[in-house]
Amino acid sequence: MSKKINIWVLIAGAVVGIAAVALTALGNPANMGFCIACFLRDIAGATKLHSAAVVQYIRPEIIGLVLGSTIIALATGEFKPRAGSSPAVRFILGAIVMIGALVFLGCPLRMVIRMGGGDLNAFVGLVGFAIGILIGIFFLKRGFSLKRSYTATKVEGFALPFVMVALLALVLIVPTIFVFSESGPGSKHAPVLAALVIALIVGALAQKSRLCMVSGMRDAIMFRDFNLLSGFAAIFVVVLLGNIILGNFSGFSAYLQPIAHASQLWNLLGMVLVGWGSVLLGGCPLRQLILAGEGNGDSAVTVFGMVVGAAVAHNFKLAGSAASLTDGVYSAGGIATSGKIAVVIAAVVLLVISFMNIAKKERN
Amino acid sequence: MVDARGLSCPMPVVMVQNEVKKGNPNSLTVLVDAMVCVENVKRYAASQGYSVTVTEEDGEYKMELSK
Repeated sequence: MSKKINIWVLIAGAVVGIAAVALTALGNPANMGFCIACFLRDIAGATKLHSAAVVQYIRPEIIGLVLGSTIIALATGEFKPRAGSSPAVRFILGAIVMIGALVFLGCPLRMVIRMGGGDLNAFVGLVGFAIGILIGIFFLKRGFSLKRSYTATKVEGFALPFVMVALLALVLIVPTIFVFSESGPGSKHAPVLAALVIALIVGALAQKSRLCMVSGMRDAIMFRDFNLLSGFAAIFVVVLLGNIILGNFSGFSAYLQPIAHASQLWNLLGMVLVGWGSVLLGGCPLRQLILAGEGNGDSAVTVFGMVVGAAVAHNFKLAGSAASLTDGVYSAGGIATSGKIAVVIAAVVLLVISFMNIAKKERN
Repeated sequence: MVDARGLSCPMPVVMVQNEVKKGNPNSLTVLVDAMVCVENVKRYAASQGYSVTVTEEDGEYKMELSK
């Protein structure tokens, strides 16, 4: 069934792709022009919520995405403070999505960017992501709901945008209160102003187009609606072309990909958590930032949950370790036993949340 | 009548889909309170052969679907 594709989705997808390639060329880690999970994790590190020395940096991209959304939403009358849709459950779901993403080493957006970089491990992640989305849809079709939200005060609506402005002000005025990685992915970053401006543009476009990695696949499966999936596809194609043009592409391989591991079961299961949790939340981590930017307090709580999830992931060694080649010895990387246990526990929690939120026939 | 005010996507579309599957009504009123839900319901309704009119009042949208 053919459907009208919103041109904004294609534009946003293409711009995200170009921005991702550009940010990497400007200094961001490889295949990490954007990664909402990684960047929130870096912010958690910089603010000393965890002490993994290689992933600590105040990523201006996160600030830009949120504020870009806020600015365009205010300009177009779409800024609407609202909250009250199961905030505590959303906080937990945010944390679980983050743990799953850090097991895989990337949010759904980075998964697509990694795919465009030729990383076959990300295609395994995609399979897991799709499985997770299917599980989420199974519950949606049976009446899963986090219940309605309500109109909230302006203060609630501006919660995350305010935190972002404060973070930006602090990092510019008193950067010494934060910690910054001296090596590893956290030390690699595009210039602050470039990252901020690019992210402001992407944030505005993402708000305008409703770009969302999880909704694309969800809508295609549930409603045969391919609108948002076209954005997902556009990112992949543009990143792939960008990498080829810049000479960063050396074919598709699962071997020694940047900031990725080849422990495929856990690549798969990590993304199952992300897909499933994101469907329950109604959007991927990028979408949560954008929604929080346009005044959604529930999404702001989800983002706070993701930050805490990142801290938990690193404090308790749940996150994946990247593949490496040291003195000629190849390690496929992967996750520690604690991470494996966490994935299982997280899946059980998702199952409980999914069942317990299946609505009765009547709605208040 | 589908009251999907306050619900985030895709719930409004799921509720409309359920109504359509249940009885394939010739007309259906849908209440939502976010532009993104208006767009999503509109797209789904169009795919099912409905034409849609939308009226806004105080940030809430009343959608009339008809065949």
